Amino acid sequence: MKFLCLACDEVMAFAERQIPGDGTLTAVFRCPGCSREMAMLTNPYETQLVSGLGVCIGGRTVPEQPLELMRTNLEGGRADAFIEEEEAASLPTLAGDVPRGGAQARDPRSRAVAWSPDALTRLERVPSFVRGMVKRIYVDWAQERGIVELTPDVMDKARTELGLEGM
Amino acid sequence: MRQIRTYHEVGPAGASIPEQVAEQQERLSRRLATVRSLVGVASGKGGVGKSALTANLAAVLAAGGYRVGALDADLNGPSLARMLGVSGTRLVVGDEGITPPVGAAGVRVVSMELFQERADAPLRWKGPDADGWVWRNVIETGTLREFLSDVAWGELDVLFVDVAPGTDRIARLLDLIPDPGALMVVTTPSEMARRVVARSLRLVREAGVRRAGLVENMTGWVCPDCGAHTDLFERAGPALDDDAIACWGEIPFDPRLARSTDGGIPFVLSQPEAPAARAIRQLGVRLLEELTP
Repeated sequence: MKFLCLACDEVMAFAERQIPGDGTLTAVFRCPGCSREMAMLTNPYETQLVSGLGVCIGGRTVPEQPLELMRTNLEGGRADAFIEEEEAASLPTLAGDVPRGGAQARDPRSRAVAWSPDALTRLERVPSFVRGMVKRIYVDWAQERGIVELTPDVMDKARTELGLEGM
Repeated sequence: MRQIRTYHEVGPAGASIPEQVAEQQERLSRRLATVRSLVGVASGKGGVGKSALTANLAAVLAAGGYRVGALDADLNGPSLARMLGVSGTRLVVGDEGITPPVGAAGVRVVSMELFQERADAPLRWKGPDADGWVWRNVIETGTLREFLSDVAWGELDVLFVDVAPGTDRIARLLDLIPDPGALMVVTTPSEMARRVVARSLRLVREAGVRRAGLVENMTGWVCPDCGAHTDLFERAGPALDDDAIACWGEIPFDPRLARSTDGGIPFVLSQPEAPAARAIRQLGVRLLEELTP
């Protein structure tokens, strides 16, 4: 979908996304010519339909995570389904036959962004099925902006911008 | 009436959804570039033994030294994780994607069962309680796309995709992978199965799949004492194979096949000399011949 400012005959650019928390979505678009703004409001079905495509209205600001669509939408995800490469490498043995290739190197992103104790406490409240993915998303978002420490305030800002409802 | 520029006449700004969908497709292509042949195993009809056949075929090729993956595309009735012995395994998340667990004979496996807390729970998605039909199919197709593109399959000779029952599910696979290396359509000799499978074959023909073959499963029972063959079903229904879609194999029924495979040990590994195991091995050879340029 695109929005055309009829006064300027210009395509409006995506400006902002808000997740009110009731399944709806608000996306703001702005005319580059006259700066007029309009908000697109989607109902829960429309929100879910777009979410089901694995896309973000207005485009992505951080890379899509592996299995992001499935992990974000599945009800009853297995708590211990995933293990981060870094964590797997630190285990002396791992149940099952998990290949360990490349797992010895620490994820450089984890070292570049620190987590405040409060932020870590909050991260612990995220269901473990998606916790690793959410952590990666926050780190990617912070790195994109040169942020060196993730705090609850920074998480709030990222959550609003990225539409990470309930995370 | 005033002239307003149309969607395609204006620039690329806006919600950027087509660009993101195109990027998803590119990611899928990049991932599958290391897979020599993607082979769909489909039926259209449930209960014909498609998943057990997939697990055994994957295991027999892997045991023969081929690099094999098995993707369980039956999201609502997954079984390959159990059949290939990886239930409960954790999946490693890295920068390259999700590392698939390695099951029987070295087959790399991904199945919805690996992600659900309870193996007996129906598949449920978050979203509006009512009118799930509006978006459910979209999410499940997207999940299948992610299973293909976000899993670090690595270098594979064959990636089997066990397609859920239903002719529409074959269409869904072909939407994602318009030109699979091969597509096997499984049936039993029963009239009802053959009538349903005929629909699937018609779809496969119309889609112009380059290499498609029919596999007749549970063709009969071979007496372990005297070797006599007894048909399980009265052969009836429409003729299914023709010049375009040949019969690639016939697999006899063996109750031990389900017992062994359901227990996580593919029958071709536990009873390699049984007639059904030999037939699956022959089917594997035929498939490799078909895949050879």
